[in-house]
Amino acid sequence: MIYLDLFLTFLKIGLFSFGGGYGMIPLIERELASNSWLTVQEFVDIISISEMTPGPIAINAATFIGYKMGGIPGALAATTGVVIPSLVIILVVYYYFTRFQQSLIVKQTICIIKPIVLALIIQAAIFVAGNTFIVEGKEIRDLLNSFSLSSLIEVFNPVTIIITALSLLALLLSRIHPIIVILGAGVLGVILHYAGLL
Amino acid sequence: MKKKLSLFWTFFKIGSFTFGGGFAMIPLIEREIVEKKGWISQNEIIDILAISQSFPGAIAINSAIFIGRKIGGYSGALLSLLGVTIPSFSVIIIVAKLFSYFIDISVVRAAFKAISSVVVSLLIVAAIRVGKTCIKDKISPFITIIALILILIAGVHPIYVIISGIILGFVIYLFKIKRGKTG
Repeated sequence: MIYLDLFLTFLKIGLFSFGGGYGMIPLIERELASNSWLTVQEFVDIISISEMTPGPIAINAATFIGYKMGGIPGALAATTGVVIPSLVIILVVYYYFTRFQQSLIVKQTICIIKPIVLALIIQAAIFVAGNTFIVEGKEIRDLLNSFSLSSLIEVFNPVTIIITALSLLALLLSRIHPIIVILGAGVLGVILHYAGLL
Repeated sequence: MKKKLSLFWTFFKIGSFTFGGGFAMIPLIEREIVEKKGWISQNEIIDILAISQSFPGAIAINSAIFIGRKIGGYSGALLSLLGVTIPSFSVIIIVAKLFSYFIDISVVRAAFKAISSVVVSLLIVAAIRVGKTCIKDKISPFITIIALILILIAGVHPIYVIISGIILGFVIYLFKIKRGKTG
């Protein structure tokens, strides 16, 4: 039963997603690998779409995957699943928080989980980078056999690496809103496509 | 009742106009809830945002539930949750409907390739931000590296790494308290 499957899978993802939407990426990736609901490429596309559409990534990803697997009921099942842990946990936390006002302890708890959240975000970055930088159908393993500059360019797409480097500089050094950088990159991608570079 | 509808509408707006997930929502939440509505004080919102990040789930969703509960009880929590969820749910349904028609066109593929290159940068920026906030002691970087090795190389499921991380974090925290009290 796909609806129950979607609900339970996203319930699990919602329950263990520390660090917001980005921390959820490795969890969804792992789930997808075991049930083949989406290809890696589709999942990376969904992450990109999530950055371009309003709302939290968690909701965007759950709704998209749910819709693809089971139409609107599937989308409802997955989205409900991903928010229920938040609803239950936050209501319980609210109860204790208002009675004890232990905001200091709360601030400590963030630091307890942060090293793991950092690892999850780095893993998400490696996942998306792997899909984006490595030319379709190639693997890093191909480099081990014959390492040369030409084989390096065959395996890695230099255009995408340059876009990442430039956008990283823009995001770190200026106060441009990320959505502008994303839309700019989309336009650049179209131009590069017609120039035969991407 | 008017207040509850106002909760729904406020979070509907927050859900509609924030691109890029939770962190991008924080300034808008502050402006709407603290400055415009005066529902919650500046100090309280800092605590609420801290709580939203400490527990599982999206920051925007967690803070919507907390603020909704505070202002409008259980139905307030539910209405705020619906308000923040409905915009992205509806937009994604439309995008998902159109997606299969467009995604295989080569120029769309190229645009998405360029966009996912920016997503890599956004994730790096997020990693830097998380790294800056709490990773100040000596043991945290080791926990991060071990977690990465376990997930990436050993293939351990991230859920087990998260659970062990929480347990380890609490042990270290308790150890610090104990040492702080005695020494």
